[in-house]
Amino acid sequence: MPKIKIPKSSPSIDMTPMVDLAFLLVTFFMLSAKTRVADIVEIDTPYSVEDKEFPKNYIVVTVDKNGRKFFSMNSVELKTAVLADMQKQYKFQLTNQQMESYLKIPSIGCEIKNLPGYLDAKESDRNKYIGIGIPTDSTNNQLKSWIDFSNKRGLTVGKDMYDKDFEKNPEIQVSDYKPKFILKADNEALYLQAKDVIETFRDLELTNLNFVTSLQMKGEK
Amino acid sequence: MAQIDDSGGGGHDKKGKKRAKKSSTHVDMTPLVDLAFLLLTFFVLTSTFSDPKVMSLTYPAKPKPDDVIDPDKAKVNNAITFLLSKDKIYYYEGAFKKEPTDGMPATTLKETDFSADGVRKLLIEKNSYVLNRKVPLLGDLKAGKITDDQMKEELSKAKGNKDALKVLIKTNDKATCRNFIDLIDELKINDIGVMAPVDLLKSEEDLINAKDK
Repeated sequence: MPKIKIPKSSPSIDMTPMVDLAFLLVTFFMLSAKTRVADIVEIDTPYSVEDKEFPKNYIVVTVDKNGRKFFSMNSVELKTAVLADMQKQYKFQLTNQQMESYLKIPSIGCEIKNLPGYLDAKESDRNKYIGIGIPTDSTNNQLKSWIDFSNKRGLTVGKDMYDKDFEKNPEIQVSDYKPKFILKADNEALYLQAKDVIETFRDLELTNLNFVTSLQMKGEK
Repeated sequence: MAQIDDSGGGGHDKKGKKRAKKSSTHVDMTPLVDLAFLLLTFFVLTSTFSDPKVMSLTYPAKPKPDDVIDPDKAKVNNAITFLLSKDKIYYYEGAFKKEPTDGMPATTLKETDFSADGVRKLLIEKNSYVLNRKVPLLGDLKAGKITDDQMKEELSKAKGNKDALKVLIKTNDKATCRNFIDLIDELKINDIGVMAPVDLLKSEEDLINAKDK
């Protein structure tokens, strides 16, 4: 029997297909990844089977696991308008630099009197100014002012947004552009603390609230 | 690292004629692969697939001082009250009775849990009025006899019927938002039309505290 000769092959492998695949996957993940602005606190939202998308015009109140409250708005126009109202109500001034920082940060999470300091601080130092977050107690309910002003201003901002989009697509509904109120509560936050926020909304006769949840498949537990 | 295989390369021949170096086209791709996988790992780990969704919930409006409560409207046929504590869920049916009245015993709390055999089974049983009507509607929808809108309308009519299950949700000071959302989620899965988060009574709180121990 002839000896089977094992052909001498070089130990290097053609890696082209592997590189192709790797870059294909990289491209996919790069494109599917969404840039997300890091929030000042991390929120672990509950799961539900609900699959409703985020509305177009919204205002978010965040309750973190320590019960601190944060407030954020989704458009620069709204932020500017609401700040002007807040300045009138609470009589404070911001420098231009603070203004810029205010428009940049994703959420506000401190008392009005700490706001200038909060805006001046570096991102890593902001935690010091948070304290209890935005106060919601009945004697000094600053969250109520934020919500009230943003609700009123949100209507006009939403109307402008609607007018702009209407030219492109006349089938859109004006009701989709009304400000919607979103409550983003952490899994471990006490319901009692979320309730402070809910009661504030109810005081303003805003009873239709939206909870942020992550999608969970049906039947999964 | 990225050496180019030039084993077949020429150099000068005897007559001194210059020849182009014959080099192989093989490039060592190891560093490229390293980089690609590094990026891949980074994007896999940082990307989040699920966008956040919203779950809408309508709270009852605050009663105004000049509101008159119609006692007939407040009456419900089929109601269940859930009481939430930290990771625990209690419930009772009908109205709350602190003391035995009209020959009915005082309310006692029953305990259930968030599993499929717990609260979901209970809701399916109690909300049979709506769920039984949903089945033929779904059949009609599949057969193309009714449209999606008609189906929604019919379903919300069934949900609003006085025989449909109404749910009240009360939470004590230890319940977390997760517990609350989990319960609301179960209610939505089981097509509960009327649900209202309301305040906990002192006597109910005492009952929970007695059970929690």
